[in-house]
Amino acid sequence: MFEDFFKVVKHRFNNGDEEETFPTVKCPRCQSNIHAERYEELNKVCPNCNYHGRLTARERIALTFDKDSFEEFDSGMISCDPISFPEYPEKQEKLREATGLNDAIVTGVGLIKGQKAVAGIMDSRYMMASMGSVVGEKIARAFEYATENNLPVIMFTASGGARMQEGIVSLMQMAKTSGAVKLHSDNGGLYITVLTDPTTGGVTASFASLGDIIIAEPKILIGFAGRRVIESTMKQRLPEDFQLAEFMQEKGFVDMIVERKKMRKTLAKILSIHAPEEKEV
Amino acid sequence: MENNKTAWERLTLVHTKGRPTIRDYIPLIFTDFCEMHGDRLFGDDHAIIGGIARLDGKPVTIIAQVKGRDLNENKDCNFAMPLPEGYRKALRLAKQAEKFHRPVICFIDTPGAYAGMAAEERGQGEAIAKNIAEFMTLRTPVISIVLGEGGSGGALALGVCDELAMLENAQYSVVSPRGFASILWKDASREEEACNIMQVTADDMVRLGVAETIIEEPLGGAHNDLDKISENIKEYLSLKIEEKCQKDIDELLKARYTKFRKIGEFTE
Repeated sequence: MFEDFFKVVKHRFNNGDEEETFPTVKCPRCQSNIHAERYEELNKVCPNCNYHGRLTARERIALTFDKDSFEEFDSGMISCDPISFPEYPEKQEKLREATGLNDAIVTGVGLIKGQKAVAGIMDSRYMMASMGSVVGEKIARAFEYATENNLPVIMFTASGGARMQEGIVSLMQMAKTSGAVKLHSDNGGLYITVLTDPTTGGVTASFASLGDIIIAEPKILIGFAGRRVIESTMKQRLPEDFQLAEFMQEKGFVDMIVERKKMRKTLAKILSIHAPEEKEV
Repeated sequence: MENNKTAWERLTLVHTKGRPTIRDYIPLIFTDFCEMHGDRLFGDDHAIIGGIARLDGKPVTIIAQVKGRDLNENKDCNFAMPLPEGYRKALRLAKQAEKFHRPVICFIDTPGAYAGMAAEERGQGEAIAKNIAEFMTLRTPVISIVLGEGGSGGALALGVCDELAMLENAQYSVVSPRGFASILWKDASREEEACNIMQVTADDMVRLGVAETIIEEPLGGAHNDLDKISENIKEYLSLKIEEKCQKDIDELLKARYTKFRKIGEFTE
């Protein structure tokens, strides 16, 4: 799993005879310490190496959609415990309280510079945004809604992969989501994926890789197998940039890398080029 | 059927030397097999073989993951862990089958897709995703059978089908038990414990709506009577291929989508 969250630490430095403390965060890519307030101002982008940090689903919605335009789908959906996995219900209960989320994805429909799009936004705080029954079902419903209403879909992906605690049922969500994407695509629908940190495992091997247009944020991790797994099987160190967005673009799997501050504008432009009627952005 | 074995005992049995592989089954189930190589993009992956053949005299396309029967064979087929080009070969052959209106039969037998630098560079995730999406709307019947192990997305890439059958001792899982223990408990040595709680057996698959049929193995396992297990597989395939070929293709595709669409447990 990917535990490289920014960690808030109290940073101390000596200012004459007074000791001042302020919170800093450590960038998981370049290891530099960033003033926490500054980091928030930059919408969680590292000023030193341009790594694009993890946003909550709510933060992403606020940055992407026109004010108050986002209407959420299926907000009350909660996962059961299909393989009776020890402590899974308790773990979820705690996370629901801690995050205010019911599972690892928020889906809905909203406007980007006046253009309507269905969207799914994954939130890595909830079990590393792994895909179980709820994530699969919400994505399938979002695509089916978009197909029925001839709307484009934008998926902001972030995931550690399939949710182990739901066993084979989680694996089947890869088929469920990819099938719904395919029907939307066969109907002529536009699907944009925005890969965010980290997009891995069964999510990479399903809907995240199926976009007509695949965008990635800078310096984020994209892969199927985890780095640790590969290093242990290959018994060799991998290149520094292995599985980063820039590496995956060079290998031909990412259409474009877009900075967070330009994301909304870029999405609006792409939506407008695909809109049934010409519309000024 | 033998009902008293634990999941781990079944996995041990599947790993027994002498467990039949697709190379043993093909000559006993099909005739006129012609193997086709390569994805026409990069190379030929030996972890997946494919080609055309006849079943009961009628043309079919076969796509199969290959386990080795000894160390040399296993080196050649990379222990049945396919690279992206294997999945792309599979899709190429499936599309060919669609064009010539012959059903596709997939045999799943893999611990998982290969995890390595070459696989990542050539888009393992993209290759698997594309197979899953394309098989969902492939306009010809698809039947899949799990012969031994069906591990992770690497198995599902050949597992989007109209019906899935499991050999009696076969397993299907989100990740290998070893991987499961390593991910959840950071301790791969707890694989037996993982295997027994993951719900990976043929019975589990039928109960969870993942598989429709269990194909009986000879007493003690498939390796004890190759002719008998081949006969059982052939009998199942003959019945199902005939049944699916008679269906209207749009109805079949609708049913295929629904089969996967309804898997999941949640409340609202």
